[in-house]
Amino acid sequence: MNVRKAGWWFVAPAVIVLGVFFFLPVLAALAMSLTDFDLYALSDSANLRFVGLQNYGRLLTEPLFWKALGNTLYFVALGVPLSICASLGSALLVNSKLARFRNVFRTIFFAPVVTTLVAVAVVWRYIFHTRYGFLNYGLSELGLAPIDWMGDPHWAMPAIVILAVWKNFGYNMIILLAALQSIPEDLYEAARIDGASGWQLFRHVTLPSLAPVLMLVSILTMTGYFQLFAEPYVMTEGGPLQSTLSVLYFMYEEGFKWWSLGRASAVAFLLFVLMFAVTALQLRMGRREVSA
Amino acid sequence: MKRTLPTIAVNTMLVVGGALVAFPLVWMVSVSFMPRGAASTFPPPFFPVDPTLANYRELFANHSAGRYMANSALVATIATLISLVINTMAGYAFAKLRFAGRDRLFKLLLGALVIPGQVTMIPLFALVKSLGLVSTYGGVIVPSMASIFGIFLVRQYALSLPDELLEAARIDGASEARIFFSIVMPLLKPILVTLAILTFLATWNDFMWPLIVLTDQKLHTLPVALAGLSREHVQDNELMMAGAVITVIPVLALFLAMQRYYIAGILAGGVKG
Repeated sequence: MNVRKAGWWFVAPAVIVLGVFFFLPVLAALAMSLTDFDLYALSDSANLRFVGLQNYGRLLTEPLFWKALGNTLYFVALGVPLSICASLGSALLVNSKLARFRNVFRTIFFAPVVTTLVAVAVVWRYIFHTRYGFLNYGLSELGLAPIDWMGDPHWAMPAIVILAVWKNFGYNMIILLAALQSIPEDLYEAARIDGASGWQLFRHVTLPSLAPVLMLVSILTMTGYFQLFAEPYVMTEGGPLQSTLSVLYFMYEEGFKWWSLGRASAVAFLLFVLMFAVTALQLRMGRREVSA
Repeated sequence: MKRTLPTIAVNTMLVVGGALVAFPLVWMVSVSFMPRGAASTFPPPFFPVDPTLANYRELFANHSAGRYMANSALVATIATLISLVINTMAGYAFAKLRFAGRDRLFKLLLGALVIPGQVTMIPLFALVKSLGLVSTYGGVIVPSMASIFGIFLVRQYALSLPDELLEAARIDGASEARIFFSIVMPLLKPILVTLAILTFLATWNDFMWPLIVLTDQKLHTLPVALAGLSREHVQDNELMMAGAVITVIPVLALFLAMQRYYIAGILAGGVKG
């Protein structure tokens, strides 16, 4: 067997699996979003009708879809910057030469990343408990009034943001830590000789060196946060007053509660287009900043 | 000593931050050993006054926790083994075997990394249903049998294998399969360990797809079962914490044991952009 043929044999299983269970469904999602695919069509495809852009049209006039979209954007807009700040802060601390037991702290900060989202959402729901939760106990010790985290539409989404930041910041911390360690020591030396203060070192040496990596991690975090689902599913079931209903949760309910699979595919596609657009915008803004 | 104040500040922030981050997990374990109702008091107790295993006993005796745990372990193990073989073969081929259309195919795969898996979920369900795999272990496993990220990870590592070694084996008359299994696989061991851990943890923790495809409760994985249980037992905090412990501890232990490999994987993946 020659090498050329062998190459194809080696990639064939991967190509078949990805083709059938990834690329085909992506194309099928687009096709399905143009039909009224429902429970009847699932049992017999003769019941399938082509409806053109009707699913999209209906979605864009449905208040609940806009609500879900707004909630998701709120989660992203609040969660991404907070996560990046936590990641950067912890990376700087763990990287500091003054710090002791750096590996221990690195492991602690990273541990939430590997935990099961559903399980820690259950734990945090208890921490947020209005009467017996530790968070309100902490607030009462500070002399503040308790917050009805899971029951107040204004607080439910911030609560989910707290969980998401806690769960995810360690991942970017590891990436930023590696980037910090690759900044040449000479840059700091030179700046110190010029009399730069600690803050100036951070502002004019560390931050610019990290800029490309910060861009990367914020895009990765953002695309991850657009896919909010398990947290509201476990903690709030999308409530109270639909204040934590995310786009993906909306898709799940359309698809697997009401079995409007055509409409659900349209939701999935709109989410994908939105993520793509925001990523492209962020990349473009990033480039301008670097060239400016 | 001018250095003292910053040293104290940095270390204090680390200790406070570490305590805050570790707190939910520590409290989870602590409350799971409290008797029913003990955690529903104010102020919330930190340590169990009267430690008990009752919650764990109830989980395994009345809520089939053992079964869900076995389901999770089975699904994660099989998915890991299959995807490891498929991704390694492809990753090695993309790195070391020249074949027609190779670079174009690889670019196509990399481009597809931007497509979130959720876009495929609805048609995937229809597909899995038409294959008769709804509510089977197979249905949960099929979409994770190969991953673009896994192929990418192996390829990056395999690029560093010396071509002379492979050529020498070919001249000696070894078949491509033989070269792969007895020369390439052993050399790829570190990245295979990394990939195995990443895949195992991802499958164990996965929620949305198993939730959709496993309609039969007997086949539920731990996260799906725990989500269901937590909706029925909203007030039983101690029981829920025990459920969270048995879900989280296996993966946390695996991570702590294999930390080095796991972090290597993240860094290899993180520089892909």
